[in-house]
Amino acid sequence: MLLIPCPWCGPCAEVEFRCGGEAHIARPENPETLSDEAWADYLFMRTNPKGWHRERWYHVHGCRRWFNLVRHTVSHAIADAYKMGETPPALPDEEAKR
Amino acid sequence: MSGKAKDTAGARVDFAAPLGFSFNGRRYTGYRGDTLASALLRNGVRLVARSFKYHRPRGIVSAGAEEPAALVQLGSGAHTEPNLRATQVELYDGLEATSVNAWPSVDVDLGALNGLFAKIFVAGFYYKTFMHPKSFWMRCYEPAIRRMAGLGKAPTLADPERYDHKHVHCDVLVAGGGPAGLAAALAAARTGARVILADEQSAFGGQILGRQQTIGGAPALDWVAASLAELSRAPEARLLPRTTVFGYYDHNYLCLIERRTDHLAPAARPAELTRQRLWHVRAKRVVLATGAHERPLVFADNDRPGVMLAHAAQAYANRYGALAGRRAVVFTNNDSAYGAAFDLGRAGTEIAAIIDLRTAPPAALREQARAEGIEVLANAAVSAVHGARAVRAVSVHGLDADGGRVSGPGRRIPCDLLAHSGGWNPALHLHSQARGALRFRAEDGCFVPGATRQKNVSVGAANGSFALADALREGFAAGAEAAKEAGFSSAASSMPGSEPESFAPPRLLWVVPSTKPPGRGRAKHFVDLAHDVAVADIRLAEREGLHSIEHVKRYTTSGMGTDQGKTSNVNASAILAAQLGAPIPAVGVTTFRPPYTPVAYGAMAGREVGALMDPVRVTPMHDWHLAHGAVFEDVGLWKRPRYYPKPGEDMKAAVNRECRAARSAVAVLDASTLGKIDVRGRDAALFLNRIYTNRFDNLAIGRCRYGLMCRDTGMVFDDGVTARLGENHFHMTTTTGNAAAVLDWLEEYSQTEWPELEVYFTSVTEQWATVSIAGPKAHALLAELAPGLPLDDEKFSFMSMREAAVAGFSARVFRISFTGELSYEINLPGYFGFALWEAVMAAGAKHGITPYGTEAMHVLRAEKGFVIVGQETDGTVTPLDLGMGWIVAKSKGDFLGRRSLARADCVRDDRKQLVGILTESPEEVLPEGAQLVLDPAAPVPMPMAGHVTSSYFSANLGRSIALALVKGGQARIGQAIYAPLEDRTVKAAIVEPAFIK
Repeated sequence: MLLIPCPWCGPCAEVEFRCGGEAHIARPENPETLSDEAWADYLFMRTNPKGWHRERWYHVHGCRRWFNLVRHTVSHAIADAYKMGETPPALPDEEAKR
Repeated sequence: MSGKAKDTAGARVDFAAPLGFSFNGRRYTGYRGDTLASALLRNGVRLVARSFKYHRPRGIVSAGAEEPAALVQLGSGAHTEPNLRATQVELYDGLEATSVNAWPSVDVDLGALNGLFAKIFVAGFYYKTFMHPKSFWMRCYEPAIRRMAGLGKAPTLADPERYDHKHVHCDVLVAGGGPAGLAAALAAARTGARVILADEQSAFGGQILGRQQTIGGAPALDWVAASLAELSRAPEARLLPRTTVFGYYDHNYLCLIERRTDHLAPAARPAELTRQRLWHVRAKRVVLATGAHERPLVFADNDRPGVMLAHAAQAYANRYGALAGRRAVVFTNNDSAYGAAFDLGRAGTEIAAIIDLRTAPPAALREQARAEGIEVLANAAVSAVHGARAVRAVSVHGLDADGGRVSGPGRRIPCDLLAHSGGWNPALHLHSQARGALRFRAEDGCFVPGATRQKNVSVGAANGSFALADALREGFAAGAEAAKEAGFSSAASSMPGSEPESFAPPRLLWVVPSTKPPGRGRAKHFVDLAHDVAVADIRLAEREGLHSIEHVKRYTTSGMGTDQGKTSNVNASAILAAQLGAPIPAVGVTTFRPPYTPVAYGAMAGREVGALMDPVRVTPMHDWHLAHGAVFEDVGLWKRPRYYPKPGEDMKAAVNRECRAARSAVAVLDASTLGKIDVRGRDAALFLNRIYTNRFDNLAIGRCRYGLMCRDTGMVFDDGVTARLGENHFHMTTTTGNAAAVLDWLEEYSQTEWPELEVYFTSVTEQWATVSIAGPKAHALLAELAPGLPLDDEKFSFMSMREAAVAGFSARVFRISFTGELSYEINLPGYFGFALWEAVMAAGAKHGITPYGTEAMHVLRAEKGFVIVGQETDGTVTPLDLGMGWIVAKSKGDFLGRRSLARADCVRDDRKQLVGILTESPEEVLPEGAQLVLDPAAPVPMPMAGHVTSSYFSANLGRSIALALVKGGQARIGQAIYAPLEDRTVKAAIVEPAFIK
């Protein structure tokens, strides 16, 4: 079970959180102007990297704040946690996954 | 025969404390400190189990967690527990154990006939033998196989025991309390770090307990005692004996199972102690000192009772004062078995010979053997084991130059114990669960830990450092380093050493030659004793094209027993590698998965059983419902009255009466469970505009509006009535089951998509109790209860909210309706809910007020064609599918789901659409979920046209009604449709989804 560093509460057990999938997918400003394909891309298509990944988490059984996490999808290492709206940090080197 | 050792001075068994126990109905005596296995051996019991497949007689093989053969069932009734390893069961007075997998008894087992048909039970026999006829599998083969091949019997009664969970953090967790683990714990504890030292056995010491070694020139057990004393004094160190670290999960999260009372006689178990405790430990650093398992040699009939691992026999002699045999042959490929032989000899077992596969065993060991009067046969192998139910003798042959065949004349050596050793396999389970890499050490034929992926380190035998001095040194250094990494500085201290040990390279013959090769003749060369997998099975699997060890495992079931292949997996990999002509590391080993040893389900459940399994939510009026005989249904965690049967009424009669009351007089529903969310903020109205499909910014203060929420996919997510209490203040209601999800949904969009909007959400579900009155007489009833509230349509119109005193309580009254009748939902602070309910019932008595439950509510709303989200919808239904296009705003701008409603798939004509269904027979109530077809004569599989979502008998209409989702349904109004049920096909008409207009 992951130990997730909530930027508001500090490290807490994974059971307190819910994962909200890939981060930084902004809802399009004017959906009406998008083609069906572009809209479906927003709705359904996500990257699924083997490696470092920025994703959204929700501290549902804690402060109830959404935030972003930089997690390695193979090792589950967590490199960073940052609040909504903060500038995304650069992804670490692949080597730094322990 | 076996028995008591000659010299029991060093034994950890209290011979002054006899314990009576029974095994397979016979009474025996053991002593405090015994395991069931050691007590059985001292009593001369050799045959303790029957094997999984062939029902071959089996004895005790090991002295620990790796035991593949000696499985027993403990106790009886609700307390019975199957498939325990006799080698780990601590003896207590009155213990009752039986063999598993034996019928009618372990001595006379009819299942042993399977052995005669051994040629059938080859690798993959499940897939080959029981194929035809097809129907025989469920009816005949499977039940028979279950009976013959099953292990113990699961208890049929509820577990009366209690279990606990404990969640802790520590700086250093040390798994395993042998020399390396103790040294690590000492070093870490000396820094002041918070240390947990867990060991699966009743006593700490690990391998030291079973051997005669020295540390710092004194008996090693003295050092163990001194170390435990020091750790007991350390304020932050915690010793957990009888505690298995069974799982290593992400981010240094480990699970431990502590057995607190299993070692005590049931009558002696303190009532205040739970049986077992599951520890959830988050450790900054982990030291794995889990030791090593002795690897069996694979030779002909290596499963006979009396064939035992050498260091198990040694441990039984030294630790338990129990002799596994009177006359032993020791068979080895390595140095370590010599020490076992010498200890056995001193304990009183005559050592007939040491058979060493190696051509040149170390001279020092040969010299010592000569001094002890033990014959050593080098470059020799045990080629046969004689005796079916117990070893009577072994045959020994010399080996040819490359060790591939036996040579020369055989020699028969009478003995009742064959103690063998094929080397050592580090217990890599936890290291591997933590996703650590494995490295193959060719000279020892074993895998050792490679790079780690978490914050852990392996030490001692678990790291392939088998010598005691190395284990102490490694453990001590690792403990200090782990504490340092966890932020504790260590004062200089040191660890004593031990005497040197001999570790000359073993001779790795993965299959010991015999006179006939494996698979020929009657002898079987077992790899996995737990599942009766022999060398020939693995070779056959390879010939049949299974080349991955993971496939071979599943095909042969090697390593899939309750022991998970602790003694067999490396041998299986090596035998497969030889067959493939591939190096062993290329074949690898199968994945190690938790748990290390089996864990009771009760321990995993902990206290979350029975009434405590789930929280229960009740409304303020719950006690009234209870007192008035309500039948409850679970809606989420809520207990909601389903109906209120009067004496003699069944559900149908009660629901019919409740439904009629709502349309003819007045009926009252406890609607307190409805989700309620207080929405405030400068941008609240704008936010709701984007969340609901319809407009809320133009809602007047004091007015209510029904709203539908969609996911951005356009699929209906929730619905409810929202009232505007002020310019920037709304009272939102949600469905009962979805309240938490809706709140999360609002938070998500508020925080992640539109943080610029100022809006706040507060769950107020519990804060408000809701009494909903409906029916023609609701007006009169409310007029009496709230004399100050004008009720005429002008002043209090439909879809309005007024604040008023109702029965003297400040309340919000919503004139809204889910029944289609004149209806008022009276909201007031939850604390007064019960009092208002009683006041409503008292005032309503003269109107014949009738409390109604969720079942009548469902019928009443279905009569009007109102949908229930989650009943009519399933996440694939749009507002348009529900015929609710009127609620989708065309001109307010964007909202969640809007764009998706224009997607090609959402505007197809043949989408499933909501319709009403009237069966031809008015009495016929279709089952909910029934599939619907247009052509009942179509060949199977019929094309499905839709399914029934709601179906009831409507007392008000005097007939059945149903709602359904039907492909292109809105265009099929008036057509016939059919529900093919199990025993008949029901004809029905498709109608508008509103039965009472």
